[in-house]
Amino acid sequence: MTGQALERQSHEAAINQMTGAEMVVQALKDNGVEHVFGYPGGAVLPIYDELFQQEDVQHILVRHEQGAGHAAEGYARSTGKAGVMLVTSGPGATNAVTPLQDALMDSVPLVCITGQVPTSLIGSDAFQECDTVGITRPCTKHNWLVRDVNELARVLHEAFHVAQTGRPGPVVVDIPKDVQFAKGAYTSPQMVPRTSYHPRVQGDQEQIKRAIQLMAGAKKPIIYSGGGVINAGPEASHLLRELVELTGFPITSTLMGLGAYPASGKNWLGMLGMHGTFEANMAMHDCDVMLCIGARFDDRITGRLDAFSPNSRKIHIDIDPSSINKNVPVEVPILGDCGRVLEDLVRLWRASANADKAGLQPWWAQIEKWRARDSLAYKPSDDVIMPQYAVQRLYELTKEHDVYITTEVGQHQMWAAQHFGFEAPNRWMTSGGLGTMGYGLPAALGVQIAHPDALVIDIAGDASVLMTMQEMSAAVQHRAPIKIFILNNQYMGMVRQWQQLLHGNRLSHSYTEALPDFVKLAEAYGGHGIRCEKPADLDDAIREMIEVDLPVIFDCRVANLANCFPMIPSGKAHNEMLLPDEATDEAVANAIDAKGRSLV
Amino acid sequence: MNAQHQPTGSAYFITQETEHSEARTLSVLVDNEPGVLARVIGLFSGRGYNIDSLTVSETEHERHLSRITIVTRGTPHILMQIKHQLERIVPVHRVVDLSVVAKERGHDRPLERELALVKVSGKGDARVEALRLADAFRAQVIDANTEHFTFEITGRVSKIEQFIAIMKPLGLVEVCRTGVAAMNRGPEGM
Repeated sequence: MTGQALERQSHEAAINQMTGAEMVVQALKDNGVEHVFGYPGGAVLPIYDELFQQEDVQHILVRHEQGAGHAAEGYARSTGKAGVMLVTSGPGATNAVTPLQDALMDSVPLVCITGQVPTSLIGSDAFQECDTVGITRPCTKHNWLVRDVNELARVLHEAFHVAQTGRPGPVVVDIPKDVQFAKGAYTSPQMVPRTSYHPRVQGDQEQIKRAIQLMAGAKKPIIYSGGGVINAGPEASHLLRELVELTGFPITSTLMGLGAYPASGKNWLGMLGMHGTFEANMAMHDCDVMLCIGARFDDRITGRLDAFSPNSRKIHIDIDPSSINKNVPVEVPILGDCGRVLEDLVRLWRASANADKAGLQPWWAQIEKWRARDSLAYKPSDDVIMPQYAVQRLYELTKEHDVYITTEVGQHQMWAAQHFGFEAPNRWMTSGGLGTMGYGLPAALGVQIAHPDALVIDIAGDASVLMTMQEMSAAVQHRAPIKIFILNNQYMGMVRQWQQLLHGNRLSHSYTEALPDFVKLAEAYGGHGIRCEKPADLDDAIREMIEVDLPVIFDCRVANLANCFPMIPSGKAHNEMLLPDEATDEAVANAIDAKGRSLV
Repeated sequence: MNAQHQPTGSAYFITQETEHSEARTLSVLVDNEPGVLARVIGLFSGRGYNIDSLTVSETEHERHLSRITIVTRGTPHILMQIKHQLERIVPVHRVVDLSVVAKERGHDRPLERELALVKVSGKGDARVEALRLADAFRAQVIDANTEHFTFEITGRVSKIEQFIAIMKPLGLVEVCRTGVAAMNRGPEGM
C-alpha cells in the first residue's frame, strides 16, 4: 500500500469514528428508517441524546413499551418496511416481549433496540438489569448482545437484514450503556452477509411443473392463500389475482391473508377456518387439489386434523421449510418466496396449461349452493345495533376513503374479518398467531404515523381496548387522528361465547361490571368521544367520527349477547360447522364434546 | 351442520401417533458465538423434542465453527421438523442427519463413540476383578492408589453401558461421560 493510500484509509477511519449511540442513529438512517417508536430510560439515554440532536429520524413517544412494539408492527405491516422500537433495559425489555412474540408468530419485520446495563455490571443483578437476550431468544428470529462497539454497526445492519429477508420476523439488539458511550469505527451496510443465513427464494422448477400438472387436471380446485402473500409484497398479490383470473379457481384466505385477493372479486369465497364462511370451509373439505400459498395449516384453519380435506392432493408454497409438512402432509412442497413462485406459476400456466374453465362448472355450481346457505347472516334489529351491522355500515361508509383497519382480539375481530371487505394488501392489521388483546390501538397509531393522511380505524372490543388504552395519549401527542371503533357489549365476548359452548353458560369473570365512560375517557385524553346506541343513529355517528380531525373513541353499544358464527367447534371438521340459524341455545350447549373441551 | 354428533379428536394435535419413534444422530455445524448452544437447547425444550445426548466443541478455529452432535428420538415426522427448525436458527450452517446418510451409503449406522471416566474403589478380589474386566474392555487406568482405580474407556454407547453395569457390584463410585461424538464412514465429509 502506498503512503497516500494508507493516509486515506486512516482518514476514512477517522471520520467513521463515532460513539455507539451515534452509530445507532447512523445505522437507522442508513437502513432507511424514518420513524422509531420508543420510551426512554436510564440504559438508553445516550441514544436518546443523539436522537435529540438530529431531525432525520423521528421518534414517536408511546406510553408503554408494549405499545411501541405493536405500533412498530402496525407501521411495518402497512408499509412492508421494518418497524423499529427503542426501549430501555429491564422492564423496558420485558414489556417488549409480547409484541416480539406477536411479530414472530405473524412474521412481521420488527427491529427492537434495547439498552442494557454497562458490561461491567452484567450479571450483578444491577438496577434495571435483566437477561434480555436470554428472555427474548425464543421470541425473536435472532438476537444479539453487543459487547464491543466495533461490532455494533455490523450487528445493526445484520439485524435489519435478518428481520426483513426470508420469513420476516422480530430481532433484538441489546446494547450496554458503556458501548453506547464508547468510540469505535462505523461500517456502512454494504457488508459481507454471514454465510450461515441464506433464505431460499427461488422455487424448484420441477416441483413448480408438478404443481401446474396437478392444477391443470383438477376438477374441484381451491386456492388457500395466507399472510405470506402479503409479506412477499404488492407484486405477489397482483400475481395471485392474475393466477386466479387465468385458472378460474375459487380462492379463500386465512385471517392474515385478507386483501391479497379483493373481497369484491368474483372467485372470492371469504375467509376460511374456525369462523370462516360455509362455502370456504366446505370447498376446502371437498376439493381435489389444494394450492396453499404462504399459509401454514394452523389449527384455527384445519379444525380436526385427521378429517382435514381428506381427498385432496396438496401443493404448499412457503419460504419456511419448517412450515411445510408440519401439520398436514403435502404432495408437492415448493420452498420459496410466494412472489417468485407465483411468477413462475403464472408464466408456466400461460405457456402450457389450457384453463378448462367449463370443466370447473359443476364445482362452481356446488360452491354456489353452499354460498346460498348465507352463513354470515344474522338477525337484524331496529332496536339494538347488531355488531355485524355496525361493521357493515362502517365498511360502506368508509370504502371510498384511503382506509386502514386494525383490530384487537375476540369476537369483534372475527366480525371485522367477516364483514369488512378488503380490496388491497397491507390494509388489514390484526394479531393472528398470538391473539394479543390490546394490539389494535397502538397498531393503529403506527399505521397512522406511516400514512398521516389515511383513515385509520381500530375495530375494537371493550375489553381488549382497555389493555393498551394509554396509547390514546400518544395518539393525541403525535396528532394521529386514529379512530377507535369499539363494539361495546360489556363482555369479553369470545370468552363468554366459549363459556356458553364449553362450560354450561357459567360466565365466570367475562363480564366487565365497571367499564369507563368511553366518551369522557376520550375527552380526558384530549380526543373526541362519540356514543351510539341506536341503529338509526349509526350512520351519522360514523360520519362524525370520520370528519373529526382528532383521535376518536367511538363507543358503539351493540347487542350484548350476540355470538360469532359460523363456527367450527373445537374438535370438529370443516364440514361440521355450526351455522347461525342452527345455533340454538341447545345446539350451542352441546356443540363441543368432552374431548373438545380440553382444547382452546 | 351435524355438530352434535360423534365424539372427535382435536383441533390440536392430540391424534394418536401411529408412527414409531426412532433414534437419530444429528451433526449441526454452527458459528461459535455466545448463546448458540442455548438457542439449540432452547429449541428442543421449547418444542418438546428429546435429547438423549449432546456434545459440542469448536472444530474449526479459523472460521469459528463448532460442531454439535445430538442424539435425539422421535417419529420420522418429528425428526424432519427438528432438522428444519434447527436450520432456521440464524448461526446454524448445516444440519446433517448422520443416521440417514449412513443408510444412504449402505451402512447400518454412523461411527459413534463416547468416552467415559469410571471410578471404582475396592480391595481384594473385587479390585483384581475390576482390573481384569477393564483390561478385557480395553479401558485404561488413568489414576489409581491401593483402594481405587479410575478408568478411561472409549467406545460405542452400548459398550460403555455394559462396562458401567459390570463395575457396579465391584465398587463403582462415580461416572462421567462425554456424550456421543459421531461421523460417517467413507472418504466424504459431512
